[in-house]
Amino acid sequence: MSFPGKTAGEQIHVLERIDLEVAAGEFVCIVGPSGCGKSTLLNIVGGFLQQTRGEALVEGQPVSGPDPRRIFVFQENGVFPWLTVRENIGFGLGQKSAEERDKTVAHYTEMVGLTGFEAAYPRELSGGMRQRVEIARALAASPDIIYMDEPFGALDFITRLKMRSDLIRIWQAEKKTILFVTHDIEEAVQLSDRVLVMSKRPATIQTVIDIDLPRPRDLDSPGYLHKRDAIFQAMGMSVRIGA
Amino acid sequence: MSDSAPATRGPSRVSVILLPLVVGALFLAAWHGAVKSSGSDIFPTPMQVASGLGELAQQGLLLKYIVASLFRVTWGFTLAVVIGVPLGLLLGWFAPVFFALNPFIQILRPISPIAWIPVAILWFGVKDTAPVFLIFLASVFPIAVCATAAVQNMQPVYLRAAQNFGLSKGQLFRRVIFPSCLPQIITGLRIALGIAWLVVVAAEMIAVDSGLGYLIIDARNAGKRYDLVVAGMVMIGLIGLVLDLVIRRLERFDEVRWGYSNR
Repeated sequence: MSFPGKTAGEQIHVLERIDLEVAAGEFVCIVGPSGCGKSTLLNIVGGFLQQTRGEALVEGQPVSGPDPRRIFVFQENGVFPWLTVRENIGFGLGQKSAEERDKTVAHYTEMVGLTGFEAAYPRELSGGMRQRVEIARALAASPDIIYMDEPFGALDFITRLKMRSDLIRIWQAEKKTILFVTHDIEEAVQLSDRVLVMSKRPATIQTVIDIDLPRPRDLDSPGYLHKRDAIFQAMGMSVRIGA
Repeated sequence: MSDSAPATRGPSRVSVILLPLVVGALFLAAWHGAVKSSGSDIFPTPMQVASGLGELAQQGLLLKYIVASLFRVTWGFTLAVVIGVPLGLLLGWFAPVFFALNPFIQILRPISPIAWIPVAILWFGVKDTAPVFLIFLASVFPIAVCATAAVQNMQPVYLRAAQNFGLSKGQLFRRVIFPSCLPQIITGLRIALGIAWLVVVAAEMIAVDSGLGYLIIDARNAGKRYDLVVAGMVMIGLIGLVLDLVIRRLERFDEVRWGYSNR
């Protein structure tokens, strides 16, 4: 799978010659300074934004719009508030028989740890639980790729840590390709097989850092800290605070 | 799961029921005292209004007039919903339709339905059609405007999430656009029903010879029966309250509750 050279923007030249190869089943994080265009990139390959110049190709095919084979998980939570947890998770399963749908929904409800909340409405759930519903809804549609745009950005620190470890467990079970945009360097090192560091505008992929650390990852290990510092350095930041 | 939760935090039963009763009693006492001390023999005391209501009920006029007014509101309002909701959604979804029709609507909207009374009588004569038309006019705009705003203010993330699952245009409308707009549409219905009830009374004063509006103007003209005038006013207030309570029940459905208050 590749996303070869594209330029995009609304009058602004945001992205410059971005070409990335992602293996099937790989977990890739994109980090970069805020406003660099990493969300724009994800929205273009997701089919939600149309680039003004250049081409966006996924698996050699031009992206013509949103596609059920590639499901997006949004930071602002795209769970439908008028549907129950069960109905949300089954949203993309319109084609299947009722029996099959129930089975799939039950499977993914359990996988994200929401068994017992099937009949609840999103307003009755916490932010973390709502994000779990969205992840389950994405998985249930059986996509090839899941695009995640800072999906845990609005959650508190503790919830975020828990969500990351659950996401890795789910990813290991489901073997989906995940392209994950974040501004959180620690998050990128904790989650991914590979981190792509984007530069400022016009953004390009400046550095690629392989995170060849064994899972489960030890956040105190020298290897972890070394990778983290490498990303800090690539972004031109210091790991020291204060004078 | 949260059905019982707000009750513990909400105001106590005593203040919800007792306080309005106390205020009501004070109001009636002040009214009674004011009429007595002024020595007026035209303006009625609360007791005279109550006996006026009893008199109307006995003659069967009360029920007849209430039914007549509700009948007109039901027709005018239903017509406004049937036309206003689709029109509003259309305006909200298709920008060219909005640009083409919105200025026209914004000019029609501030014209009081009362101002349409002569035109309504000219077109429909002195029968039920005229007030039904006026009620329709009064309620169709708030309904359409709320539906338009609902579509235009729809969270883009719902639309994108829905498109991601490959929905057809029809499914997109039925499964996402309409349900996401429903809370605001219901708010529009509530506003419109309140206005419809205001307008039916005004329309009945001029265009027809039945209904609560007619009761008021007839009681005034045929013998200065102000006890019946005020009785009619009291009934209009009470029925208006009931109508609002009924339509507010719509906001309690699980499919729309997300659109109100907390979240």
